[in-house]
Amino acid sequence: MPVQFPQPSIDSDSQVYWEGLAQGELRIQHCASCLRHVFYPRVLCPHCHSDRLSWITATGKGTIYSYTIAHQAFGPYADEVPFIIAIVELAEGVRMMTRIVGAPREQVTIGAAVHVTFTPVGEGVTLPYFQLIA
Amino acid sequence: MGQSAKAAIVGVAESDLGRTPDKTVLQLQAQAASAALADAGLQFQDVEALFCAGNWAWSPNLMLAEYLGIQPKYTDTTNIGGSSFEAHIGHALAGIEAGLFNVALITYGSTQRSDRGRNRAHSAFRLTEQYEGSFGLPTPVGAYALAAMRHMFEYGTTSEQLAEVAVATRKWATLNEKAMMRDPITIEDVLNSRWIAEPLHLLDCCLVTDGGGAVVVASASRATHTRKAPIWILGHGEAHTHNTIANMPDLATHRAALASGQAAFAMAGLTPAEIDVAEIYDSFTITVILTLEALGFCGRGEGGSFVSGQRTAPGGPFPMNTNGGGLSYCHPGMYGIFLLIEATRQLRGECGPRQVEGARLALAHGTGGVLSSAATVILGKD
Repeated sequence: MPVQFPQPSIDSDSQVYWEGLAQGELRIQHCASCLRHVFYPRVLCPHCHSDRLSWITATGKGTIYSYTIAHQAFGPYADEVPFIIAIVELAEGVRMMTRIVGAPREQVTIGAAVHVTFTPVGEGVTLPYFQLIA
Repeated sequence: MGQSAKAAIVGVAESDLGRTPDKTVLQLQAQAASAALADAGLQFQDVEALFCAGNWAWSPNLMLAEYLGIQPKYTDTTNIGGSSFEAHIGHALAGIEAGLFNVALITYGSTQRSDRGRNRAHSAFRLTEQYEGSFGLPTPVGAYALAAMRHMFEYGTTSEQLAEVAVATRKWATLNEKAMMRDPITIEDVLNSRWIAEPLHLLDCCLVTDGGGAVVVASASRATHTRKAPIWILGHGEAHTHNTIANMPDLATHRAALASGQAAFAMAGLTPAEIDVAEIYDSFTITVILTLEALGFCGRGEGGSFVSGQRTAPGGPFPMNTNGGGLSYCHPGMYGIFLLIEATRQLRGECGPRQVEGARLALAHGTGGVLSSAATVILGKD
């Protein structure tokens, strides 16, 4: 039986984000009131609560804030272990969860520089994975 | 001590624990509630307020109250994860202080082990889940692993220090006949157990069990007419800071516990050094270290050294998780109610071989979600 991966339920907060990933752009929001970046997308700035949010394309560069190697996972992800999951802090200052791919485990460290790599995972969904910057 | 307190815990009980394949969540809660009311010398007819947290019905309180045959005039389904029941204590205290009711029943029940409910597959990642779900992080353990890795990076905390918590907690479990895991373990056993999510090993993780519990809270005037000496609610605080782990403000600091602890100690007019016995939510070993720092039992980054040398084990200077904790006694998904049950029993002097001699002040601290929520309760006896 084919493994069924749950799909993100795209909504009016997230549509621009997911469309960007499919086009090879990492889109986040920027607040015109407090000048901070915002991720995940929403209708008000979580810092100053202004609604003056607009979309920008992030540089796609950042550093690993923390990571773990999953040796046990649930549902359809169980067959993929071990895999590396990280929280990356983008150059724009926001953090996001991701996977670190294409790197030996020993080279993955907190503070390591990474850049986004757009990875189609099926069903029309593209995810923002990250790779180490050599 | 209790002279200024407005409410007290007057009854506590567990249901069957461990693996209860023939029981439903309603049966477990009926069993625990009956026993807790009997412990208090009260009846179901005395219950005016119902507090419950669960995800087994769209409105757990409606189903449970009907099943129990009670018609509460105050109800609260606050669900902030494992800390919900410590939050319920504060909400019950507030309701009693406002004169809304005199007797509250708090319950929990779960058959997650028999259901394997933890591993339920999502059909879709909705709302803010969609930004994290697709990466396959095993939750909650993966989120706590991310916090542990960051704590190690910032403060030099080691796997051996995390293991100290598991080993000390298991020693307490050997003294509790209700504990599920009672064979002693060593630091090496923890380090040699298989990885779940690095840096957390299997023995850094709580059990997955069935079980339920109940706590009865009464106003001061009512509490002095119950079967046992009241265990006064001296302090309470609660807070939540985030939902998804990528949005935790600082992965190496349990800010929710910082806020709930400060509020609870301020309300009680006490300091951490005055606490005789601590029941600290131990979903994972890192949870304990982060919480001890946040509550002020040690400085920031000092949690690892604080627990080293088996300081929290029986006979040690800091008796903690004296029932064997979520790591070794039971952990039916949301563990917080068992912290209250054990703290109450310790203050009553009912704990037999694991009794902390002369305990007069206890702290119960719940953590919920992915270090998302916290609620702290400080209890004392006359």
